[in-house]
Amino acid sequence: MVKKPTLKYAGDQGLLVEFGDKIDVKLNDEVRNLTFQLDQSKEEWIIDLVPSYKSLLVIFNPTLATRKYIENYILELAIDLGETSESTDRVIKIPTLYGADFGMDLEFVASNSNLTTKEVISLHSEPNYRVYMIGFAPGFPYLGGLNKKLSTPRLDTPRIKIPSGSVGIAESQTGIYPNDSPGGWQLIGRTPLSLFDTNREQPSLLVAGDYIKFEPLESLEEYSDIKADIESNNYKLEINQLDNRENSQSDRHE
Amino acid sequence: MNEKSITILEPGLLSSIQDTGRYGFQRYGVPVSGAMDNFALRAANVLVGNKMNAACIEMTVLGPSIKFNYPSLISITGGDLSIKLDGQKVDRWSAIQVETGSILTSDGIQDGMRAYLAINGGINVPIIMGSRSTYIPAGFGGYKGRPLMGGDTLLVGEPNPTTKHEERTLPEDLEPVHYGHSHIIRVVLGPQNTNFTSAAVNTFFDSRYIVSNNCDRAGYRLNGPTLQHETSADIISDGTQIGSIQVPADGNPIILMSDRGPTGGYAKIGTVISTDLGLIAQSRPEDNLVFRQVSVKEAEAAFFEQESILYSIDPTLFKNASNKVKSALSETSSSLSPYIYEDLKKVQRNATVKIKGKTFTFGISIESN
Repeated sequence: MVKKPTLKYAGDQGLLVEFGDKIDVKLNDEVRNLTFQLDQSKEEWIIDLVPSYKSLLVIFNPTLATRKYIENYILELAIDLGETSESTDRVIKIPTLYGADFGMDLEFVASNSNLTTKEVISLHSEPNYRVYMIGFAPGFPYLGGLNKKLSTPRLDTPRIKIPSGSVGIAESQTGIYPNDSPGGWQLIGRTPLSLFDTNREQPSLLVAGDYIKFEPLESLEEYSDIKADIESNNYKLEINQLDNRENSQSDRHE
Repeated sequence: MNEKSITILEPGLLSSIQDTGRYGFQRYGVPVSGAMDNFALRAANVLVGNKMNAACIEMTVLGPSIKFNYPSLISITGGDLSIKLDGQKVDRWSAIQVETGSILTSDGIQDGMRAYLAINGGINVPIIMGSRSTYIPAGFGGYKGRPLMGGDTLLVGEPNPTTKHEERTLPEDLEPVHYGHSHIIRVVLGPQNTNFTSAAVNTFFDSRYIVSNNCDRAGYRLNGPTLQHETSADIISDGTQIGSIQVPADGNPIILMSDRGPTGGYAKIGTVISTDLGLIAQSRPEDNLVFRQVSVKEAEAAFFEQESILYSIDPTLFKNASNKVKSALSETSSSLSPYIYEDLKKVQRNATVKIKGKTFTFGISIESN
């Protein structure tokens, strides 16, 4: 039996469904399951669902159902989430070329952590990172599970332009820039994958609840080959099933 | 030219194609975009017989010059940008017949901030992720993902042949809203009001805030008394709603608007009610805002009251409306009393509309003098 979530007003056409107040895989699973259930319900008053770490923002059309109906519907669905969860945990491989021109801050991250660059690459590419949510910018994943040893402060002065696909570290977070953008993260590598592309039917590569695993590339040639395959539509994304969720990562951001 | 199209001669200050917004992709980090003054856009569409979510041109401060390449039916709603058709000032909030070669111009802002041009048939640009709205920062949607420029030719969809323009105007006793420079904005508390001291909540509703120069389609930053957090300004990032009033650690409120990021990490003291979002969209730097707390019930009543305007323009909408709308409209009354603040003396809420024997109020217009 799951504890009832709390409903909070986000104006007259939004309800924030909160499952707790911390960053936690279990809470995030509940958010993901409720999102899935509401998607499946095809209730016509649902305009949009915005899942985040531990809450779901439901935006609704007040001309198609009463507030009472909507609130009851959400609460009743939320109680039954446990058994009905969608249990496919995808692990998406993110081929990444670490260091050199693509990861100009790799040396800094290494010296800041008292590690060799090789150790940084090994620690960074080891975990399955949970995609808690996507936000901030189109396709930008909020990832959980960075090894605490790799925690590095942001740049004092953000860079004007960070190329899309750049993999970076900021404090205890790691992430990938989906588009060229300004930013202050320490850059350690780059992936040839496109995280967001409006030409695709599903523009976002990742969905909240996915896991990703960085796969170190050996050389620039390998990076360029993958990039060429992507551009000619010959690249096959490597997706595995998560086999051991408990060990995959268990970070609890304090 | 045989094709139904219009040509942009001069772009104006910031003109872009918008509809009611891009929903369904916020979970992938894609902003909603869409009209800043959603009500004005929908009214413009109803006036020319379009579906409410058809794509229009949102004009800002100074409108574009546009040549019509075929005879069409248009409407202009929202702020007063001194829009003229072949040199003659046009009636706003009304359907207007234009001929091949007619030219629309703007002399610039008189009242409000943004105006909407609807054309019978809707602007026909590709649908990206379910919407024709332009999201300029990432360069997608609308026309080539950017603001309109001189020389752009825009195709228009198949017109609704049943629209009779003489029937499409505001009812006689209803006047276009005058926005002015002082606005009372109704707000529902939450979702993170408990992150603030109770003194801060009181201050927020007691004070006058000034719209700063930092206001655009993503959000409006306000100047005024700063708001203290009881706990922290930072929250675990969650979803943002249009009208969310977030307050970073510096204590200055920011009202999030159409191009906001779908998630954010600052505590939100309240949310502007959907009916009053248009007033934010129509306010400009130096304008005064006073916030008034209302319940969600009051907010919903205000919403249906405003919706009734659309139903008064096109009674067939009412025939096809959901039962919820029908019952809400029959319950709505215009008996809401005017809100009077000491420093906002003249409160004008007397424009009314009759529908199904009931009287409704149109818009809220407040002048300080």
